[in-house]
Amino acid sequence: MTDRPLTRNIGPDRTPTDLAAYELNGGYRGLRKAITAMSPADCLEMVKESNLRGRGGAGFPTGLKWSFVPMGEKAGPGHKYLIANADEMEPGTFKDRLLMECDPHQLIEGMIVAAYTIQADVAYIFLRAEYFDAERQLRAAIAACYEKGYLGDNILGTDYRLDMYVHSSAGRYICGEETALINSLEGKRANPRAKPPFPQVSGLWGRPTIVNNVETLCNIHHIIERGADWFQSLGKGEDSGTKLFGVSGRVKNPGCWELPMGTPVREILEVHAGGMEDGYKLRGFLPGGGSTDFLTEAHLDLPMDYDVIGKAGSRMGTGTMIILDDHTCPVGMVKNLVEFFARESCGFCTPCRDGLPWSAQVLDDIESGNGLPEDMATLQKQARFIGAIGNTHCALAPGAMEPLNSAMKYFREDFERHIEGKHCPYREPENRP
Amino acid sequence: MKQANLISALSDRELADIDKEIAHAPYRCAVAIDALKIVQQYRGWVSDESLRALANYLEMSAEELEGIATFYNLIFRKPVGEKVILVCDSVSCWIKDSDKITRQIAEKLGIGLGETTPDGQYTLLPVTCLGACDCAPVLMVGEKLHKNLDGDKIDKLFSAGDSAVVKLGEEP
Ligand SMILES: Cc1cc2nc3c(=O)[nH]c(=O)nc-3n(C[C@H](O)[C@H](O)[C@H](O)COP(=O)(O)O)c2cc1C
Ligand code: SF4
Ligand code: FES
Repeated sequence: MTDRPLTRNIGPDRTPTDLAAYELNGGYRGLRKAITAMSPADCLEMVKESNLRGRGGAGFPTGLKWSFVPMGEKAGPGHKYLIANADEMEPGTFKDRLLMECDPHQLIEGMIVAAYTIQADVAYIFLRAEYFDAERQLRAAIAACYEKGYLGDNILGTDYRLDMYVHSSAGRYICGEETALINSLEGKRANPRAKPPFPQVSGLWGRPTIVNNVETLCNIHHIIERGADWFQSLGKGEDSGTKLFGVSGRVKNPGCWELPMGTPVREILEVHAGGMEDGYKLRGFLPGGGSTDFLTEAHLDLPMDYDVIGKAGSRMGTGTMIILDDHTCPVGMVKNLVEFFARESCGFCTPCRDGLPWSAQVLDDIESGNGLPEDMATLQKQARFIGAIGNTHCALAPGAMEPLNSAMKYFREDFERHIEGKHCPYREPENRP
Repeated sequence: MKQANLISALSDRELADIDKEIAHAPYRCAVAIDALKIVQQYRGWVSDESLRALANYLEMSAEELEGIATFYNLIFRKPVGEKVILVCDSVSCWIKDSDKITRQIAEKLGIGLGETTPDGQYTLLPVTCLGACDCAPVLMVGEKLHKNLDGDKIDKLFSAGDSAVVKLGEEP
């Protein structure tokens, strides 16, 4: 049986694990070890060695990110902050919800160890508004931790202190972008900030701040307790650890499973998700949420490793795959995605605010049978300008262009059939490819 | 419109909840979003009068607070129905025909997206991926997530005639 640290307390019925049950299963051992037997520098070294990469989408090495936080005197007077990014709103992503609803203490323990490592004294969980169950679980778990001495003054009898708060958000996908999140936590509109300065140096209220994804943080105390080598050995390929992989779309058994990093796409799709629903064939998939490039059948044997999926022309993203089947119109699917990003644009910069609605309009024209042959060139131009990193203030707009660009590459004939036939061929079953 | 005595436009309970947030914030207007949510929790939405009183209490301009309130899609600056129906319109639900479900609900209630029924019972809104894509298509009412929807389920949830939509938003 493979080691599944992240979901070891999560059973099929998804009953939440309370503090007693969590401790019984080895909970808060990692925290005890970190705080009573290791220095913050030791912890940082171990996280670096573990080769843990951020599970929020970009895959940035966690230890490296933390190493930019000024320590000791260099930090100057005032607070340092740790924030869990629990805003989960990437279309097709449903993994952090599971971790928070079913095992809230795992996130909290990971956060305390992370906060200790960077010597933060205040931690926030930035939670999307609609996750009411998660909010209840987390608030109860935090209260239990204060009572037990895992939070507050003199944690486990040491002189380390940490306060932790849940902030329930008020909507908008852009809040998940880490600098927009910081603005939102400050009570402002969630427009992203210019970088540099990076949040590690100047984040929440101008103080050093680390923002990490929920799943990233859930790994930390396991690494501290069981070591960097153990964590590395969990991965099948280049990357370390396990990951929550998910599949949604027309498959027999949509769901989310903790599997070793480097698990082949085919295994996730065929063994865990049970393959395609009867009567449906796979045409393509987005490997990690709505802002990743399509891959196709030719990529099914690739292992889910950051660099492998990157070299194939896409991104691992959140690791939750969305399947395009042969009854679903690729133009319609891309239109749905681009409309989503256009709606969620924060409006700060022109290519995104004005460009995305334009792309959505062209896609709508094509899908509704009003497309012109030159529309393909228009879409390509938009993808080039809006998609270029550096043309926009944050990564929302380039992310929006990833599914569009790759759909034009892999499903070009579908776009052309819409334009030539002046209607969507998927509306009549006999015309499907 | 009646001239509001600004602070007293907020109830004692609202003020107490807002003060709890202010207690761990570096300055008052940092809790703007929490405070808007608190007001909305008690009143269902945020009126001009509440907004002005809140801005005053948080020591910020009403214009700035308005800019914040209108940025966030779950802060309502217009009255909404007793039950706000949030239908996921993101990609995994779309693949599973969420647009048909949405049309079906709209027809049953006789309103479009963004509208409220004339009796003030229901408001229908689209919402971003609810993080339940393995159970697509989904919708949310209050704190309740309704999963794996299809035409029949919608018919049952919205069985017209009787106390329509009683089950909506409640445990089945
Ligand atoms: C538009 C946009 C939305 C994002 N949404 C999320 C989100 O909901 N959750 C998340 O963890 N990261 C999200 N991110 C990534 C964060 O900016 C950040 O990289 C991440 O939280 C860092 O955590 P990690 O290093 O642990 O992966 C988003 C990024 C962008 C550009
Ligand atoms: S790219 Fe879009 S979301 Fe990002 S800052 Fe510009 S307008 Fe805002
Ligand atoms: S796309 Fe509807 S819940 Fe994720």
